Amino acid sequence: MGKIKLNINIFQNKGFKDGYVMNKFPDQIIRIAIVFAVLIGIVIAIKLFAIPPELQEQGIFRTSAIERELDHPSQFAGSEICSDCHDEEYDLKLNGYHSTLSCEVCHGAALAHTEEPDEFTPDIPNKRRLCAICHTYNLSRPTGFPQINPYAHNPLEPCITCHNPHDPVPPESPRECVACHANIARTLSVSPHVKLECTTCHATPDEHKVHPRSVRPGKPENRAFCGKCHDRGSDRKDAPKIDVSSHGQNGEKYLCWQCHYPHLPEID
Amino acid sequence: MKRINFIKLLSKSAIVIATGNLFGTVLHAATKSVSVTISHVKRYALGIQIEKCIGCGNCVLACKTENDVPKEPFYFRTWVERYLIKKNDDVVVQSIEGGAGKLSTEMEEKDILRSFFVPKLCNHCEKPPCAQVCPVGATFKTEEGIVLVDEKRCIGCSYCIQACPYGARYMHPEKHIADKCTLCFHRIKSGGIPACVEICPTQARVFGDLESKASPLIRLKRMKKIHVLKPELNTEPKVFYTDLDGEVK
Repeated sequence: MGKIKLNINIFQNKGFKDGYVMNKFPDQIIRIAIVFAVLIGIVIAIKLFAIPPELQEQGIFRTSAIERELDHPSQFAGSEICSDCHDEEYDLKLNGYHSTLSCEVCHGAALAHTEEPDEFTPDIPNKRRLCAICHTYNLSRPTGFPQINPYAHNPLEPCITCHNPHDPVPPESPRECVACHANIARTLSVSPHVKLECTTCHATPDEHKVHPRSVRPGKPENRAFCGKCHDRGSDRKDAPKIDVSSHGQNGEKYLCWQCHYPHLPEID
Repeated sequence: MKRINFIKLLSKSAIVIATGNLFGTVLHAATKSVSVTISHVKRYALGIQIEKCIGCGNCVLACKTENDVPKEPFYFRTWVERYLIKKNDDVVVQSIEGGAGKLSTEMEEKDILRSFFVPKLCNHCEKPPCAQVCPVGATFKTEEGIVLVDEKRCIGCSYCIQACPYGARYMHPEKHIADKCTLCFHRIKSGGIPACVEICPTQARVFGDLESKASPLIRLKRMKKIHVLKPELNTEPKVFYTDLDGEVK
């Protein structure tokens, strides 16, 4: 120990009278200060060494919680990866009305499919139910969003019969007919007969376009015409079947379209 | 040892420890600030365009699939509310199965003045009331500003469920912890987007980083009129709504 004597013992401190003086504060203050310094030191030491690092990181929580959260498995793959194999559908969708839809909106969560394409197959929805989730009329939906009444819009028919889900557009009647017969075209657009060409039932001479009133298109002239699809013997699977020759109360007295409106035939 | 010597030793060691600690703390802070400047810290948030929401409920189902939320229709991390504002200014709010259920209108259509859907989820507040009330510190905010729950710490006391002004939390029936939206933390940290954003057919939900000028969310905030839910509570929510009606609470 150095033998530096500082005789500024202004407090007349008896204990340190002939030793060197540490400072000018009274003894009891120094002791308290030391105790405090030691306590503070201990607190800091505990904070730095005794508390596990995961508790110190970013405040009060444990980083292990973040790791647990990160370990959570994903279910959705995102649609970019789909284009690796299904580029045709992907490109088609990209330019259509459904361009904002991720593939998994309709096909369901499919991360498993991207990892094991053969093991796990995503849904291939072909029921009306799925489309109706978004496209059923609801007054709360934004104006302009395409909505239908599923009970009136071609009932029971799967939507994909007429609409390609990857590029959904309303089926179009020929422009040349719609120009004058827009009313019929609109009615037809929600009916099961929508996929039929106008000329399937109406034999239309070219002059009809020039002289629409004097040269008229034809209409089915007998029951057998409708019977091509609707007779019990027909191979057309999706058409309702009846016995064409004996159907109705008056037998063969009337043609089909005299009772049934062919542009929107009722379903039952 | 003399008392004086002991005290001297004590005071010296205290000084040594204190300087050591100070040095360590400074060093720690320095490395931290360096790492902050190198990797830019992201601040994730969500935008919701009410005018685009068609109320299909796909987001609700996608969230349940992605995050193992119980399938029963009482537990939601995100849900869709349907607002019906009548001509006599009555407001009816429906959320049938969180918006994924079949919607029905029992009132006459002519009584309704306007109607729209409002998707809701945790607002990931800058000042989360749920984190403040948690007695065990289980709810915390990550450096990205996402409010998470530590499953191992949560004791299931439900204080946070009471405290959340947005009703964004629920008691998990099996885990018995307060569960909530994580903004699909596991997805976004690996560069993805939340499942609800991924699945929204009209892209009503916009996910992005508030610190990046190129993020779609910043673009949304620049182009649209933005509002948040219950701004008067000073929670500073980070779910930004466009076209938000004044009746939405």
